[in-house]
Amino acid sequence: MEFLVASAIAVMTAAGVYLLLRLRTFPVVLGLGLLTYAVNVFLFATGRLVVHAPAVIGAAGGTYADPLPQALVLTAIVISFGMTAVIVVMALRAWFECGSDQIDLHEGGDAPLRERE
Amino acid sequence: MNHWIVLPILLPALVAPLIALAVRFDIVLARVFSVASTVLLLALGVILMGMAADGTVTSYALGNWPAPFGIVLVLDRLSALMLVLNALLGLVVLLHAINGWDQRGRHFHSLYQFLLMGVNGAFLTGDFFNLFVFFEVLLIASYGLMVHGGGPERVRAGVQYVAINLVGSSLFLVAVGLLYSVTGTLNMADLALRVADVAPGDQALLRTGALLLLLVFAIKAALVPVQFWLPGTYANAPAPVAALFAIMTKVGAYAIIRLYTLAFGAAAGEAAWLAAPWLMPAALATLAAGMLGVLAARRLGQMASFAVIGSMGTLLAAVAVFTEPAMAAALYYLAHSTLAGGALFLIVDLVTERRPGHGDALTVAPRIVHGGLVAGFFFLGAIAMTGMPPLSGFVGKLLILDGVRASAHAVWIWVVVLAGSLLAIVGFARGGSTLFWKSSALDGLMRPAGRLHPVLPFVATGLLLGATVLLTVFAGPAADYAERTAAQLFHPSAYIEAVLGTAGRTD
Repeated sequence: MEFLVASAIAVMTAAGVYLLLRLRTFPVVLGLGLLTYAVNVFLFATGRLVVHAPAVIGAAGGTYADPLPQALVLTAIVISFGMTAVIVVMALRAWFECGSDQIDLHEGGDAPLRERE
Repeated sequence: MNHWIVLPILLPALVAPLIALAVRFDIVLARVFSVASTVLLLALGVILMGMAADGTVTSYALGNWPAPFGIVLVLDRLSALMLVLNALLGLVVLLHAINGWDQRGRHFHSLYQFLLMGVNGAFLTGDFFNLFVFFEVLLIASYGLMVHGGGPERVRAGVQYVAINLVGSSLFLVAVGLLYSVTGTLNMADLALRVADVAPGDQALLRTGALLLLLVFAIKAALVPVQFWLPGTYANAPAPVAALFAIMTKVGAYAIIRLYTLAFGAAAGEAAWLAAPWLMPAALATLAAGMLGVLAARRLGQMASFAVIGSMGTLLAAVAVFTEPAMAAALYYLAHSTLAGGALFLIVDLVTERRPGHGDALTVAPRIVHGGLVAGFFFLGAIAMTGMPPLSGFVGKLLILDGVRASAHAVWIWVVVLAGSLLAIVGFARGGSTLFWKSSALDGLMRPAGRLHPVLPFVATGLLLGATVLLTVFAGPAADYAERTAAQLFHPSAYIEAVLGTAGRTD
């Protein structure tokens, strides 16, 4: 299972970084999404991977899953969801106001996409 | 328990939704609430500074859950100093903004209060994950303020700003996760105790986590090689917002100072001072890049942005030495550069609104209204920013040059700081003479498009410049406070004891 989780994090991070480097709003938003998924799974793994164990310490003791990373992941999911909404809205506004979906700023700059169409 | 500590977070957190929900259609009431809240914040900051000045570290356990299981707020000299700086800059910039900037878009005042709340929280929290949460609070507010007023260029710069900060947030979570996985704690004081005991096999993870965190704070503090977002953002943001953002780079600097003296200081075993070899070259490169940018800038806003980058380089070069005298100098310079950077962006706004068609571009154009006063302000702001006598920038740089003498890199710091100051002086002199001096030879007077409301902006800029004058006049007490703050930072046992109790950990 360690291999499965580790490789899933690796693939999602790699894909996320690749999409980020496309520097167009739509791939960048998708890339950020993948990156936050990778981060969330990674946060789970920081409490060590435990299967079939409750997230509380029972009266008898025994194995338990670390509850703290789960709380962190919940918070991270909420925040990243809100942030994704913010960047989508801003990307849309940038598209409507300047007709460009470029992320990087060049002075004089690339021709806006709409002109090319 | 001392409830004063939570008020700098609670007050703006209550006022912001009140403004957004109850008085959003009444700009006058919104202004009244916003200014009143910020004045109270400044008063609170001064009270808390008075409480922290004698060297006591006060810990506030939210919900009365004891640390390290609950989350805590911690007040010491450094956080008190940062609270006062934030409230002071916030109040002055607000005075500037209520002259019309706050009506160019919606919800300016509530976003403004949320930003102040996030920054205050970041300065007070004693817990990593809460630091992340407060970073997000201040960032969400800053996204809104960044595109306040709209316009194509501003929105594009805004998208870039959001994207870089979202990447930074992901890195922050990875770094926090790494630190948690090897130490099992998110409490900064508890982390300081546990770092020394990390198993040799986990040292690599610990170092990776700590250095990733340094990268995240470097993004906030605009250090080379992650400084590129700052000029585009600050030069395109509304000028009062850019002035307030002067405190946001300092949030990154604060986090670096806090974490790497508390948890990765002398007591950290193998991980002791692990930030220093990375921070020093980055800071010197930042200083050089910033000052070269001042020389190359084609707009006044860009020039101010690069000056902010350069001042962050100066500040963090002194921090990276990690000795008490250098840290004391860095803290004095931090206070100075926050005020001077804020003043510079307000001056950019004074110039921009008086030059229709030219804006803040460094071009020769006919004279502007109130030219003499604006030019005088620019002259003072430039003197403060470049570190020439008699203003506090000179005192700050002198303290830094003196404080780093014991360092092995002292020669490099001296060379880069002095050469950087020369470049900045040339850059600002060129900018000022183009804008104010050469224009006086042309005939005519440029008429601004709208009606000017000069009183409050002049008062605001004057207040900030006046504050740097005060920082110069009272350089003795200020440097004394900085020295005692540095001493507290380098003896973190009082901090750890205040958070975890005298018993400390039992396991």
